[in-house]
Amino acid sequence: MEAGTPRSVKLEDLHVPGQLSGRKHVLSILVENKPGVLARVAGLFSRRGFNIDTLAVGPTDDPSISRITLTLDGAVHPIDQVTKQLHKLVNVLKIRDMEPEETVAREMALFKVSAAVENRSEIIQFAEIFRAKIVDVARRTMTIEVTGSADKIEAFERMVRPHGLVEMVRTGEIAIARGGGD
Amino acid sequence: MRAADALMESLKAEGVKDVFGIPGGANLPTYDALVDAPFRHIQVRHEQGAGHAAEGYAKASGRVGVAFATSGPGATNLITAIADAMLDSVPTVFITGQVRTELIGTDGFQEADILGATFPFVKHSFQVTDPRQIPEYVHEAFHIASTGRPGPVLLDIPQDLSRADIDYVPRTEPVELPGYKPSTEGNIKQIRIAAKALANARRPVLYTGGGVISGNASEELRELAASDRFPVTSTLMGLGAFPASHENWLGMLGMHGTYVANHAMDKADLIVAIGARFDDRITGKLDEFAPHAKVIHIDIDPAEISKNVGAHIPIVGDVKKVLPKLTREYRALQTDPERLDAWWETLRGWQREHPLRYEPGRDGEIKPQFMIEAMRRATGGDAILTSDVGQHQMWAAQYYGFDEPRRWINSGGLGTMGFGLPAAIGAKVACPDELVVCLAGDGSLIMNVQELATCVSADIPVKVFLMNNGYMGMVRQWQELFWERRYSAVEMGPSPDWVKLAEAFGATGMRCEDAADLEEMMDTALRTEGPVLLDVRVAREENCFPMIPPGYAARDMVESPRGVSS
Repeated sequence: MEAGTPRSVKLEDLHVPGQLSGRKHVLSILVENKPGVLARVAGLFSRRGFNIDTLAVGPTDDPSISRITLTLDGAVHPIDQVTKQLHKLVNVLKIRDMEPEETVAREMALFKVSAAVENRSEIIQFAEIFRAKIVDVARRTMTIEVTGSADKIEAFERMVRPHGLVEMVRTGEIAIARGGGD
Repeated sequence: MRAADALMESLKAEGVKDVFGIPGGANLPTYDALVDAPFRHIQVRHEQGAGHAAEGYAKASGRVGVAFATSGPGATNLITAIADAMLDSVPTVFITGQVRTELIGTDGFQEADILGATFPFVKHSFQVTDPRQIPEYVHEAFHIASTGRPGPVLLDIPQDLSRADIDYVPRTEPVELPGYKPSTEGNIKQIRIAAKALANARRPVLYTGGGVISGNASEELRELAASDRFPVTSTLMGLGAFPASHENWLGMLGMHGTYVANHAMDKADLIVAIGARFDDRITGKLDEFAPHAKVIHIDIDPAEISKNVGAHIPIVGDVKKVLPKLTREYRALQTDPERLDAWWETLRGWQREHPLRYEPGRDGEIKPQFMIEAMRRATGGDAILTSDVGQHQMWAAQYYGFDEPRRWINSGGLGTMGFGLPAAIGAKVACPDELVVCLAGDGSLIMNVQELATCVSADIPVKVFLMNNGYMGMVRQWQELFWERRYSAVEMGPSPDWVKLAEAFGATGMRCEDAADLEEMMDTALRTEGPVLLDVRVAREENCFPMIPPGYAARDMVESPRGVSS
């Protein structure tokens, strides 16, 4: 008897694993740093009807390789199918579906908030609670830099929105595995 | 060496012997280099023709098909063929000229972003930005096009870079691409599980697709089927991988498949999908497809597994390598030889009670199904048959009876009308000693009829058998059956005089209007030297049955017009 293979395979015992994970996924994709690679990745998503929630692209420690970090909803898309389609792109080198418990994910956001003199102190307090930084102050507005998980940034947005949110810019998440690598 | 000459050397190093294409401004250096290159170049009359000819060449021979086009409209004219090659996994390399580097991005004359335009339709593409890349990119392009799941690769070369001087070093080392490593072997543990599942199956079906043909695995498939009495059905693209004359053959499955093939899938307890992709033309209504079946899915493309239909036992690998292992593992098991008796009894009953059938023509009327049967007799089945897209294609799939692979060349995935004639040119160039017949529809043939000029000028003696019903027949059939017979833009008349048209091109034209003359005229056409067009006037409003209406399940199949309730 070969190791690992059952003696007999009954058809009624065979199952197809579920396709939808039901949670948010962060995919960390290493690609060759060549012209058109981002267009190929983005085009694949639109063509297959996969919806990207956030997308961040940047260099890695190797100048010939870039990293695309994107998040998408595993309740809507079969992640397995997404990664398999991505792997068909010749310029895609490696894909990691980051495990939430073993991943540090961060996003940065800049909030421009209307800040009249009377409510400035409250906004500054929020910034302190969220360990955010005030990076610009003008006569009527303050600009605050927040770094953290997407949840934290959304929580901060809820706090400052009543004061008048003039503009918000978010980077999309980037992620790295915890601990000593693979 | 001039880069354009290095391009020729690189193609030669890949074993290229034949090329299809048209010159223009941006690929003048390529065509200048071609003068001294040892290739047969087929000067087609439209770039789409070049693309389909390259496909026909590849499908007939298994070798990579190559097409050249210039920038702008030359390149965009290739797109339909590129998309066609993508959907049918045809190993092809398309080499386009591009405007000079300094003009890129300026909307220069005949500039088109062909790379951007074809991202969705290529397996991979290369933009040359340095002439020294050309030998390397050609080497990689042929590797990518012909390995793994085959497909089209585009190489776009700006005109000025083709003229540059480079040091040519032949590239013969194995290609190493970090992002491209097809798995070919198949996981042996999964193969063992599959063998054991087969041993317990009481109603198994082997469902095979174009992957068996592109993987050159017909022998291996026949071995697997012979390891027990496994029934075999195939998609349109897989016809010929398993002999239609074999007793295990159920016929094609899907929208116009046989009763027995579709009902076998409907009642099967185990389906072995081999190089097939569960296309909607196969499954019909997805959630009612094969409701009792567990699925073993063998494919070289992991993304096909569980894309449309969930696989219980996925096996990623080259069918040519996986099938012998599966056969070996299966043969090593103790199996009950009688457990398939009841299944075969059911299948034979369906075959007996629901064969393919049609009302014979009366008073000399030529039924299209009869025309296909006559073609089979006239060719003895010993021909490469290319086809356009529509009713005639489905009738050929039903009635011709393909016994060998690479003998049935048509456009399945994209369904490109106008494919047949240029594909026949490609097939004839690839296999000059074979009889090549193009089964055309009158709606389709007109779409690339200019390639008759290619047949004449390049001395490519393909025989075009035109199934002429004066309609875009399949669309007419849908309008009749599902749109209350409100015919809209399907009438092809007044038709050209096809005999005179053939003669105008310098080909031989013939016409047949009586069933009694058909076979003899076919024989004459086949014996006549040079390209021949035989215009066969068939029954105009014949419908192609059986048919599973779009969006319905196998058991909703209709076998005659009376069965259709809209």
